[in-house]
Amino acid sequence: MLHIINKSPLDRPSLDSVLRLAGSGAVLLIEDAVYAATEGHAAADQVRALAAKMKVFALTPDLEARGIADRVIEGVAGVDYGGFVDLVSEYPNCQSWL
Amino acid sequence: MKFGILVNEGPYQHQAGDSAYLFCKAALARGHEIHRVFFYHDGVNNASKLTEPPQDDRNIVSRWSKLAEEFDIDLVVCVAAALRRGIKEENLAPNFRISGLGQLVETGIQADRLVTFGD
Amino acid sequence: MAQKKFMFVNRKAPHGSIYALESLEVVLISAAFDQDVSLVFLDDGVYQLKKGCQTKGIETKNFSPIYRALEGYDIEKLYVERESLAARGLTEDDLLVDVTVLGSAEMGRLMEEQDVVLSF
Repeated sequence: MLHIINKSPLDRPSLDSVLRLAGSGAVLLIEDAVYAATEGHAAADQVRALAAKMKVFALTPDLEARGIADRVIEGVAGVDYGGFVDLVSEYPNCQSWL
Repeated sequence: MKFGILVNEGPYQHQAGDSAYLFCKAALARGHEIHRVFFYHDGVNNASKLTEPPQDDRNIVSRWSKLAEEFDIDLVVCVAAALRRGIKEENLAPNFRISGLGQLVETGIQADRLVTFGD
Repeated sequence: MAQKKFMFVNRKAPHGSIYALESLEVVLISAAFDQDVSLVFLDDGVYQLKKGCQTKGIETKNFSPIYRALEGYDIEKLYVERESLAARGLTEDDLLVDVTVLGSAEMGRLMEEQDVVLSF
């Protein structure tokens, strides 16, 4: 399953919930969720924990829009909207953690 | 692959509508089909032809209309959610139509993937 | 029409926003399509099932009775995450309908099995 998160982890607990529930598949961070994947962020260790068991991606246009594309932590791969589409196709189902 | 899209937030207030639009555009560019875009909750406001953004900003409503025109996409606004928020036939932008929630469930059944954008 | 597994994931508290009520409206419609429907309540979504809601004072519709009516629509698969209840000081006795309580990992596996996941 592809888990899509769009919330800043300091605002809402979606990232925590995915970490608790998801066991396999991939996570895609979009919109304000991309802040979680940056060096020095309080949630960076949670993203690393996710990356240890699943593939973790972040939407590059959202990183760029927020001026943080240069400080993405290791283990998180950037994708564009085409990559987003590919991820949705690749996994049998998806869930948006609104 | 056939995609169904659910948009749960109105234009400008949240990024959801922008993300959904850019996802659709990328999917079409990859040769996929958008089976239907369903607008629910405040998402119904994406269909208001009365929307007038400043000139230096994107026009989210007409962008949907144009995409639908070019790729023959079914843009469906939930009737119950629309009436709650003052969206009616007379203020619907081109290529949107108002219908029931059954259209959302049907997209879930017909499409290969249903992707939700919201807040 | 082919039957698919539909899961409605409710993660937002009721009353503060309209998501819970409008999610229920989709759930009720889905019953007419003869699909395999299940409802999940996690995070603040577990508050949607809290007994004793009285909305008179805030002048909004009290939609708690709809959860009780779901059975009549043959929607009987209601799942609640144990960790979400515990984090909010709630137990199964606080809920207004019969549910299946699952641990996080079990709930995650159930999600994996779905064809369509709708989250509100």
